[in-house]
Amino acid sequence: MTAFLDVRDLKVHFPTDDGLVKSVDGLSFQLEKGQTLGIVGESGSGKSVTSLAVMGLHTAGQYGKRKARISGEIWLDGTELLAADPDHVRRLRGREMAMIFQDPLSALHPYYTIGKQIVEAYRIHHDVGAKAARRRAVEMLDRVGIPQPDKRVDSYPHEFSGGMRQRAMIAMSLVNNPELLIADEPTTALDVTVQAQILDLIRDLQREFGSAVVIITHDLGVVAELADDILVMYGGRCVERGPADELFHEPRHPYTWGLLGSMPRLDRDQQERLIPVKGSPPSLINRPSGCAFNPRCPYADVPKDDVTRTVRPELTEVGGRHWAACHMSAEQQKRIWAEEIAPKL
Amino acid sequence: MTISERSDGPSPALVPAKKHDGEALLKVTGLRKHFPIKKGLFQRQAGAVRAVDELDFEVWPGETLGVVGESGCGKSTMGRLITRLLEPSAGTVEFEGRDITHLGVGAMRPLRRDVQMIFQDPYSSLNPRHTIGTIVGAPFRLQRVSPAGGVRKEVQRLLSVVGLNPEHYNRYPHEFSGGQRQRVGIARALALNPKLVVADEPVSALDVSIQAQVVNLLDDLQQELGLTYVIIAHDLSVVRHVSDRIAVMYLGKIVELADRDSLYRAPMHPYTKALMSAVPIPDPRRKNAKSGRILLNGDVPSPISPPSGCRFHTRCWKATELCGTTEPPLLEVRHGRQVACHHPENVDDPAPPDAALLTATKEAFERLWTGDPAGSEPMR
Repeated sequence: MTAFLDVRDLKVHFPTDDGLVKSVDGLSFQLEKGQTLGIVGESGSGKSVTSLAVMGLHTAGQYGKRKARISGEIWLDGTELLAADPDHVRRLRGREMAMIFQDPLSALHPYYTIGKQIVEAYRIHHDVGAKAARRRAVEMLDRVGIPQPDKRVDSYPHEFSGGMRQRAMIAMSLVNNPELLIADEPTTALDVTVQAQILDLIRDLQREFGSAVVIITHDLGVVAELADDILVMYGGRCVERGPADELFHEPRHPYTWGLLGSMPRLDRDQQERLIPVKGSPPSLINRPSGCAFNPRCPYADVPKDDVTRTVRPELTEVGGRHWAACHMSAEQQKRIWAEEIAPKL
Repeated sequence: MTISERSDGPSPALVPAKKHDGEALLKVTGLRKHFPIKKGLFQRQAGAVRAVDELDFEVWPGETLGVVGESGCGKSTMGRLITRLLEPSAGTVEFEGRDITHLGVGAMRPLRRDVQMIFQDPYSSLNPRHTIGTIVGAPFRLQRVSPAGGVRKEVQRLLSVVGLNPEHYNRYPHEFSGGQRQRVGIARALALNPKLVVADEPVSALDVSIQAQVVNLLDDLQQELGLTYVIIAHDLSVVRHVSDRIAVMYLGKIVELADRDSLYRAPMHPYTKALMSAVPIPDPRRKNAKSGRILLNGDVPSPISPPSGCRFHTRCWKATELCGTTEPPLLEVRHGRQVACHHPENVDDPAPPDAALLTATKEAFERLWTGDPAGSEPMR
């Protein structure tokens, strides 16, 4: 019995002149219907590359003449997508799985009206007439909270504000009732008051449609709002995964600690100083040996039982449904979090 | 210009941390910038984008003034006006008591030593064809300053001050990461020992772990060099972290100006309150508390034809007839707290004594996040 979305040992490598860029290097996760998975990480950690791989959007010709090298397995509702016939994947894309992109201005076509673009997405997958499809588009625009949807359906993207465009994008991706929705930084381009509106909308729509949602973001506040489970990516791999509550209150990986310490928080008393992660993200071509976080990890020198630093730590279960990839023992992780990190946050 | 001079005086907690005797470093009065919209064959002026409208504020030596607001509220325009990268339409800008509002390029040049800017995008604000050494050394060349020990030595010192390797003098911007480039921008701004540094979204293009490095760096530099900052940002938690006083802008106006702690503890302007409640809290346990969030309707109106009266009244849940007709001036309602609202929030909360401050802060936040029963139902 596999999960609704089951990604196993996914690798996405891009050949470049400088070498092989290992954007995603062995990522596995599962997601059930009605659940939300938040993927967090910094730029270049492989979050977006993962989502494009699930959608089957890494194809030939996209990166010059070179193909992305993808291996592993992606199971969606019992079908393996990577080995499947591209035509079959195309039929699924948009109907079974849909995506909300970060920048609605570049994801919407400037030449066509909003309505036309939604109608197109609907009619590709449904054998309906133009009128019925238009009715559906108006209905969707109404559902995502666009005022006067019967008029705005004929507007062009440039006539919409940023928040309205993002709503239109959401309407377009939900028009076929997809069972899997991937939102890649859906609110990063938006102001905070509009972001609150959009997050609310995504939450309501998920409740209504019961889809599985993957939300990709660098903002821990956003995942805390939406996600049931959180996956922290670093250098193309998962370093920690677990229920949202545990990840925020009992995180185990030093990188997760670093993310939490870097963030100024409105819900706490003023911190004297932020605790940044020193250094910069790793090269994806010459990955540090052993744990990719090793050069930046303040606890790299903590003595560990019979482990050499050149061995890459595997994800191990540290609690119920909670995994971390760190050489420190569970007791060490717990102790350092409780004694050294948590009091400073 | 005081609504109510309270006889009991402000509690110690509400007095800004720094006493402002003497002169403001920067004083802005009635500052306005309207960008004309021209139409037709003869480029007749058809209207204006009122990017910044009647700003009044001061920046005191050694403090950090944070400016927050959503996109299009005029905060960046404001930054460019006070650094005189834009010509104000009206009002005055005084730097150290001297009116610099309409100085020409030549007359401004000596002042450029004292007022420097850090830009948002570390990718487009550094010339890709110049080495880091040339970029950071440019201020010396332009100002014809020869630092003791030579430009090269001084540039290398600056690079190490901002945490870069001085040996990277001959490298090009593309060899650096975003955070490192931002450090280069900071080194360049510091080259001439400025008095005032205006930073426009200095960390918003950076990843969160790098953002914290740069925030700490700005903090350290201020302590060591006695800098005065105006930091413009949209991220409320970053602004809270770096600022002493904060100005909240909406549609070209300052709607609230207060010291950091009282602003975050008890925001007075409904817009400030809505803005703060919209920030996602990185704590899943507070999911339920989020129902108290104030959701503003719709989008920010157009600055070409801003709403009459209070500019926020179209989205405000407390708006009355008065708000639609009369514009509320920015008034000092309590020492160090200015707000432009006819119906401010939190106006009567008694100033808590110092000891109870911590609990009061927590309670205020609880109230904010759990939904204030006193009439702040989320507006749908």
